[in-house]
Amino acid sequence: MSENPNQAARPRPYRLAELGLLILAIAVATSAYALVGLGVEDTIPANVYQYAAWLAALGLIIHVVVWWKAKYADPVLVPIAVLLNGLGLAMIYRVDLGRDEYQNSGVSQLIWMTLGVALAVGIIIFLGDHRWLRRYTFVSGFAALIFLLLPLIPGLGRTVNGARIWIGVGSMSFQPGEIAKILLAIFFAGYLVSYRDQLVLAGPKILGIRFPRLRDFGPIVIAWVASVGILVFEKDLGTSLLFFGLFVAMLYVATSKVSWIILGLGFFAAGAVAATFLFSHVQQRVSGWLNALTAEEYNKSPGGSYQLVQGLFGMSNGGLTGTGLGEGRPNMVPYAESDFIYASLGEELGMAGLFVILLCYLFIFQRGIKTAQQLRDGFGTLLATGLSFTIALQVFVVVGGVTRLIPLTGLTTPFLAQGGSSLIANWMIIALLLRISDNARRPVEEFHTGVLKITEDPDERTASAREAGNHNDTKRGVEGSDEAPTTNLGAADLDSTGPDEAPTTNLGTTGGER
Amino acid sequence: MKKSLTHISVVGFVMFALLFGSTSWVQFVTADSLNNNPLNNRRILDQLARDRGPILVDGEKIAYSEPVDDKYKYQRKYGSEGLNPRAYASMTGYYSIVSGASGLERATGDYLSGDSDALFYDKVGSLFTGEQPRGAAVELTIDPEVQQAAWDGLGNQNGAAVAIDPKTGKVLAMASTPGWDPNPIASHDAGEAQAAFEKLNNAEDNPAYNRAIGGNLYPPGSTFKVLVAAAALESGDYQPDSTLNGPAELDLPQTTSTISNSHPGACRNGGNPSLADSLAESCNTSFASLGMDLGEDAIQEQAQKFGFGQEMEIPLKVSPSSFPEDLNPPQLAQSSLGQYEVRSTPMQMAMMTAGIANGGKMMKPQLVDRVLNANTLEPIKENRPQEKSRPVSGKTADQLTTMMEGVVEDGTASVAKMDGTKVAAKTGTAQHGPGAAPHAWFISFAPADDPKVAVAVVVENGGNAGNEAYGATVAGPIAKNMMEAVVEK
Repeated sequence: MSENPNQAARPRPYRLAELGLLILAIAVATSAYALVGLGVEDTIPANVYQYAAWLAALGLIIHVVVWWKAKYADPVLVPIAVLLNGLGLAMIYRVDLGRDEYQNSGVSQLIWMTLGVALAVGIIIFLGDHRWLRRYTFVSGFAALIFLLLPLIPGLGRTVNGARIWIGVGSMSFQPGEIAKILLAIFFAGYLVSYRDQLVLAGPKILGIRFPRLRDFGPIVIAWVASVGILVFEKDLGTSLLFFGLFVAMLYVATSKVSWIILGLGFFAAGAVAATFLFSHVQQRVSGWLNALTAEEYNKSPGGSYQLVQGLFGMSNGGLTGTGLGEGRPNMVPYAESDFIYASLGEELGMAGLFVILLCYLFIFQRGIKTAQQLRDGFGTLLATGLSFTIALQVFVVVGGVTRLIPLTGLTTPFLAQGGSSLIANWMIIALLLRISDNARRPVEEFHTGVLKITEDPDERTASAREAGNHNDTKRGVEGSDEAPTTNLGAADLDSTGPDEAPTTNLGTTGGER
Repeated sequence: MKKSLTHISVVGFVMFALLFGSTSWVQFVTADSLNNNPLNNRRILDQLARDRGPILVDGEKIAYSEPVDDKYKYQRKYGSEGLNPRAYASMTGYYSIVSGASGLERATGDYLSGDSDALFYDKVGSLFTGEQPRGAAVELTIDPEVQQAAWDGLGNQNGAAVAIDPKTGKVLAMASTPGWDPNPIASHDAGEAQAAFEKLNNAEDNPAYNRAIGGNLYPPGSTFKVLVAAAALESGDYQPDSTLNGPAELDLPQTTSTISNSHPGACRNGGNPSLADSLAESCNTSFASLGMDLGEDAIQEQAQKFGFGQEMEIPLKVSPSSFPEDLNPPQLAQSSLGQYEVRSTPMQMAMMTAGIANGGKMMKPQLVDRVLNANTLEPIKENRPQEKSRPVSGKTADQLTTMMEGVVEDGTASVAKMDGTKVAAKTGTAQHGPGAAPHAWFISFAPADDPKVAVAVVVENGGNAGNEAYGATVAGPIAKNMMEAVVEK
């Protein structure tokens, strides 16, 4: 096949493009850091070269590893992650300089970034194929549940800003929900790819829409109970919305049934409304949102709209072009370096700067969905969808909260906000998306894994092939791919993919779960 | 899954579209109302911390910001070598961390702080350099020598003096006494600033009033006769040599009271003075009867043509001067002498004088000459001379000029005579309540044949002369010194 001159344009790795964008991202991030020093202290930070070198080293390491292990991975993900992470670092440093007491939080965030990049590198090196994760479907689900429940354990859980979504050991604190969202995405992807046929089965027709059978409601009810539980016990609408939204989105992609969306949104709305009536902390948040600009809410403490409104004032002060880095007053907003870093950036970089940031997130989302569309296996499609949608949804919930589109919640802004758990989790998501996109864009003849052997007996063979580390089969598999018996593999996952399509579509897990 | 993926993709795009929308909503659509929200303390702090532009007089800084090492970053200072901050406080106002801003600090605040849209291109530039946009410099039209003459002349007396270039409307001097020092109010020590602010506002003589353009306003007294004469000439029924009725005492209809002249006896020409003579010797009885003959409407109309009843921004707000309405004949008679309820700012009287000096073309008074880039001193905005109105015809203006020259040559304003320069003027000594010393007024312009400066001076309650005060003796020398500062340049 590789000799076939009629082969349609071969996918290109675009690694040099990634390198170029990466250098640009590092340059922007370093300039931002230098400008913060200039703005606040009228002098470029003394360690700007070390900072640039550190950032460049991290970027280049992940770049080289991607080149080595995931050559066909999407080229914009790493530069965007580095850019966002770098802007976040600059703003965290800036807010730190604005404090009466310098806390060196920029450095600790840089250490977290290093850890995050290290984890991402580890994932790219050691996770040869994203489909291996499928075998841990239920382990992931169980682990996610544990992570979600951790903050509720007395003595371990911590309440920050009203929301009990933190755990703390000594001076270290962690938001387990950040890791849980990745585990949940893996669990949902694995679960849905296996059971979606049942979920698709038709049930009663109400108002012209066919609803699922009552007995298939189990999973959505569990997801709903879990998210309402989070809302009630952990007091965080954002986390609740994030997990439930993730579930509904993946459910819809898996089943293509609008009825699930209607049911899901209906359930969630009912739960949220009920919670608003029943629990005072939810009421407070809603009232602080609706009546934010009244003096009464503004001056109410605790639980008023002071933080939200100060954030709005900061953003309006920034206007279209911002005050310039180091020239605004982001420190007037509580949690300017974490929950409200979007407002801090808005004040100093203006609407123009925020648009760039939003576009970066939109890029991640769009590349993730594109990857999902290119993929040949159902699990990967769902996982890519879930991971990219969780970033989009999280951005929506946080930024929507800060800009008063929806009630404020305690979620972090991906890559920007100060906080180790969030940063690590998001670098892991990037690593997974890199791995999946490599798989999606890689030409058939370049597969080195034994994955092709799943042609005969998917689940067991995948496992055994990996255990054996047997790459000798690859060649045989590739050669065999021109032949009929393999062509129908994976096809069942993709609506438009029929057995008569080009043999390049035949890789990936089988749809033959039944 | 392809189709549902597309749908999820659309959902994601919609979410981002909403975020783009909400971000624009906060930072663009409602940004102004958020910035001006009463709960917003950030705007004030932000402006305080900015490198605010200076206010310049003839290239020298009368107000400027100096970098300091505290949280406000810049200390506002007033006055410099040769420019006494007390003499300029009525223009500059203050800029305070506790009391906000007043005067030009407020009226031209958008320029000084750099917020004005006129500074847009500067702001775009600073977007790339990452620098905070610097405020622009505001250069005043004030001539420091004329201002000094006004300030020195008023001295320890309460009052105000205004000088205008009749051809351009540029305000050459605007003094209000007692003066005050804005520096303590601009202190970064909140307690000190607050104390200074309260001291200014509770002081006995109300120094915070800008007497030139606001405060309680003054009855203009006999200087108003110029306006009545203008109404008479404009009516077409009178000429400067028209004979008026000027007895020693004029009985007022409907009452037992009378109007008499300030000097005993009948006016010139045996009680039948001409209009010009009436103005020259400031005959009360002839102007009272002239006013009653012209009628309330004619005088009211003429007053409005000269700017009475109108708010004006130069860009400081000028209180509207007023001519009363619904007058009975005795009230009209008194009003024709600039008494009763006629109230005027010195700025209004200076503007009227300048209008006559400029051949009936009254220019809009302007205190700000140019707005400059504070670094390069390149002009960003230049105020061109603007015609405000034509209150009298050219002919009437010429006749009034000749008549006012007569006041100096052969009348009450001889104090303003200058060697080699023709001067036109009118005095005023305004009674305002029983027992109170009169306000001394003087309006004038010079040279009468090629006017370069028009002046109005008022000294409250006769100043140091008290009950002995006359417009000519108390206010006249001040006006003369101010005119000389221009003419003898």
